[in-house]
Amino acid sequence: MRSDEISGMTVAAAADAMRAGKFSSEELVRAVFDAIDERDGLIGAYLTVDRDGALKEAKTADARRRAGESGDLLGIPVAMKDIFNVKNQPCTCASKILKGYIAPYDATVTAKLRTAGAVPAGRVNMDEFAMGTSTEHSAFKITHNPAALDRVPGGSSGGSAAAVAGGMALASLGTDTGGSIRQPASFCGCVGLKPSYGRVSRYGVTAFASSLDQVGPITKTVEDAAIILGAIAGADSRDQTVLDKPVPNYRAELRGASLKGLRIGVPDEYFVDGTDPEVMSLVRGAIDKCENAGAQVSRISLPHTRYAIAVYYICATAEASANLARFDGIRYGARCADAGSSLQSLYDRTRTEGFGKEVKRRIILGTYVLSSGYYDAYYSRALKARTLIRRDFEKAFSECDVIMAPVAPTPAYKLNSTVNDPLKSYLGDVFTVPANLAGICGISIPCGRTAADGLPVGLQILGPAFGETVLLRAAKACETEFGL
Amino acid sequence: MKYLVSIGLETHVQLKTRTKMFCGCLLSTDCPPNTNVCPVCMGLPGALPLMNKEAIRKTVMSGLMLGCSINKYSRFDRKNYFYPDMVKNYQISQNTDPLCIGGGVDIGKGENIRRVRINHIHLEEDAAKINHYDRHSGIDYNRCGTPLMEIVSEPDMHSSSDAMEYLTALRQILVYAGVSDCNLEDGNMRSDVNVSVRPETSDRLGTKVEIKNMNTFKGICAALEFEIDRQTAILKSGGSVVQETRRWDGECGETFSMRTKENAHDYRYFPEPDLLPVMLDDGTIEQWRSELPELPGKKRERFKTQYSLPEYDAGVLCAQLPVAAFFEQTVQRGAAPKSVSNWIMTDLLRLLGQTGRDISDIPLTPDSFASLLKLVDSKSINTPTAKELFEELFEKGGEPEAIVKERGLGQVSDTGAIEEFAARVVAENPKVAADYVGGKAPALQYLVGQVMKLSRGKANPQMAAEIIKRKIAGE
Amino acid sequence: MDNENGTVHMDVERICELAHFDMTSEEMSEYQDQLDRILEYVEMLRQLDLDGIEPTMYGQPVANNFREDIVVPGLTHDEVIRNAPDQANGEIKVPKVVE
Repeated sequence: MRSDEISGMTVAAAADAMRAGKFSSEELVRAVFDAIDERDGLIGAYLTVDRDGALKEAKTADARRRAGESGDLLGIPVAMKDIFNVKNQPCTCASKILKGYIAPYDATVTAKLRTAGAVPAGRVNMDEFAMGTSTEHSAFKITHNPAALDRVPGGSSGGSAAAVAGGMALASLGTDTGGSIRQPASFCGCVGLKPSYGRVSRYGVTAFASSLDQVGPITKTVEDAAIILGAIAGADSRDQTVLDKPVPNYRAELRGASLKGLRIGVPDEYFVDGTDPEVMSLVRGAIDKCENAGAQVSRISLPHTRYAIAVYYICATAEASANLARFDGIRYGARCADAGSSLQSLYDRTRTEGFGKEVKRRIILGTYVLSSGYYDAYYSRALKARTLIRRDFEKAFSECDVIMAPVAPTPAYKLNSTVNDPLKSYLGDVFTVPANLAGICGISIPCGRTAADGLPVGLQILGPAFGETVLLRAAKACETEFGL
Repeated sequence: MKYLVSIGLETHVQLKTRTKMFCGCLLSTDCPPNTNVCPVCMGLPGALPLMNKEAIRKTVMSGLMLGCSINKYSRFDRKNYFYPDMVKNYQISQNTDPLCIGGGVDIGKGENIRRVRINHIHLEEDAAKINHYDRHSGIDYNRCGTPLMEIVSEPDMHSSSDAMEYLTALRQILVYAGVSDCNLEDGNMRSDVNVSVRPETSDRLGTKVEIKNMNTFKGICAALEFEIDRQTAILKSGGSVVQETRRWDGECGETFSMRTKENAHDYRYFPEPDLLPVMLDDGTIEQWRSELPELPGKKRERFKTQYSLPEYDAGVLCAQLPVAAFFEQTVQRGAAPKSVSNWIMTDLLRLLGQTGRDISDIPLTPDSFASLLKLVDSKSINTPTAKELFEELFEKGGEPEAIVKERGLGQVSDTGAIEEFAARVVAENPKVAADYVGGKAPALQYLVGQVMKLSRGKANPQMAAEIIKRKIAGE
Repeated sequence: MDNENGTVHMDVERICELAHFDMTSEEMSEYQDQLDRILEYVEMLRQLDLDGIEPTMYGQPVANNFREDIVVPGLTHDEVIRNAPDQANGEIKVPKVVE
């Protein structure tokens, strides 16, 4: 087979091909490297690729296959967002402040992928510390949307989506704190799954907002997302916020997925002015297709949606202000060279120079909402309002199986169009942050392209907490129905 | 004008668990710098805290012993401040919902017993150790994450001696329960002190001054006395005390202002999202209550009634749990409680003090101790012999009866032999005998001493005294 | 609302001190405008009646997950020191800490 045919495969197809002996993991990894060499100069998805290490692990996977193993992820290269600790690899979170840090340990998801035989095959770009929606806040490089090179790939897991959409990775891992998996998947035309909070371990995943962060896959198909979720989900003795619930065989659960009788809720609050009309009509069209295929579609209300952005930017930045305090130039990472002789100036210079603008902006906001005299007005109110948002979903899921809505108000926008207007870019998260605030699961799947520019648009499907099976079955049925 | 002093203590106690508060690193005081750490206690990106159940249990047990009510719902918070001994630049602590609320410690004696109320007890993580050198500081993170229980008292103490009594009682209780070693030299128990002084006529507390992080009782006592004098002098001269944090300099014997910017203290507490709340049900709390040891106060009362010991004896024996246990084990082996108590208080504690040894670690056993006392009671050996033998058992151990038999240490109660020695002594010391007749009682002891000498220590001294008296009386 | 004319105004300088940022006045005034606009936006939370509503502090409403008191191997000394920007005699070296 040709190299670009191999690198363009889905995880499921590559697994089948390797099981049938059509090529080895080593050949697969080399094919992915060829694709990176050929295309990443224009796209800019990858930050670092440890070729020797990946080839070594590919050979190990081939040996495991010869010894009789045949798992779906055995020998499959997976691109890792630069936020995951992979032992002996850098982990910069696209920030200058972590320059020089070499992870001395594996994140739990890294370890679980290795157990399944997957090969962590390179680190992909992101918004610094996962703060952003365009990957333009990376300290190191711009990542271009493979569907339209003058546009952003979305973010913060923009590198993860661009690598998959650009045919430079079969699958990737990202993180989603307020939409950071679903939105780039939508912008790039991939499948992006945010599991329920507590489904996947966060150990070894550099924290942005601890009560919101979740790890999930960006893939070409729903089936591939199910395969990866099955490998990374489940209780972890190193993360006490993961729930000890059984992990179904998500891939097997997809068999017989159908839209017939599926109760779909369509929230009024997600179809309002301000959303791009083409996005609106593509999403509405997708829901109509579901209805035509036998789903029961009904209007629902999530009345507190309009408060979600305010709640999110208070909760997430407050937690981030503490989570990012550890980056101070003392124990690891970059220490400002001309910090002078005092500890204070070492802290101040290291942090001022080490963090980018957006990260500093969010740390300042988070510090402020927790500070003496303002806690009650901001943080405390936000926590209570978060309860109202959570209750909206609890009520909704008593009436429907899944909720369908747009992922983002726009398709991928042009590079450099929002970086100087933070509030405007925050408002773009309006459809994705509620799921994080409520701890539920959500997925973005392609539902068409805009007529004018041919830009991918995603349909967001939301499921109840730990309802990944229902969610993935609905997504799989849609994928089949849409035929994209 | 008279002045009233109010003192409150915040006492940090390192718990005696096997591993750290939030990770599986061993608790150990003596390993090379930065060798006992992991991603969690080094605050590496992505590391998450894991709550040690044993630390929760030990804190709840402390609360139960101190009469606190146990919160059914408690949780951890992040306390934010930058310092190089804090790996995350926040400390995981408990702010609004600590594990234990209320309770208290009784100080004073008899009619003067007073209660120092406890505000609450919470659990947190200890910081790293910073070593200071000429041109830089060096950080050793081994101590980072040690479980630290903070016991916060109300300002119910009124003198440095109140504070000492409180700390002594607290320490005794915590060591008793195996909650902590409370080893002061190792920094197992450190206190921040709040002290304020006000005119007797005022019913509002004076401006409080905090003195941070002291680990010896002596230092706390001296710092308090200095600070009470300093504040009283300020008030007497018409000045006002500044609310501040001060540092105790043991070498100068003074406290010094730390001049910290107030702005630096905005801890921005918020709930720790990485740790789930702790919900304790009645069953768990009752289970832990049933695992509590007998408290020192209860044990003292029991010793007084069960063994008919005086208050003083009961106090000395119960001051340390292993000593109390040694006493009871010896009594269980048939020795008379009061003589066991006498021997422990005079000889055993003296030898332990002199040798610096631990009672759990000496060759003397309750068994050998009890058989030694039986030999004394049955007058098989005399007291001086018993004292010598006790020292030997303390040093080397052994079976007293066998040693006595082997070396012929048995007491001479044979009247014939003593009669002979006594006759000789009275004959050779006519002046001393005359003194005794003339009313000088100590003269008799001298004569008994001479008989003991002749018997090479084996004569029964009471018997010797009786016989000498008869001889002098010319019987 | 922070000042007399009812607009929101963040004390950016004080917050930078808490967060350990050492910024020029130009940088601070840029943040000032942006952050004040964001604060104005989040003022909408005051419209909600939140009396008696429990706060949501955690990702899921669960409790009680503990670790047994068992030793787990950690990092080697070399793994600690390798990442340190500066070290001396096995300790992490920092400018002199003044107490």
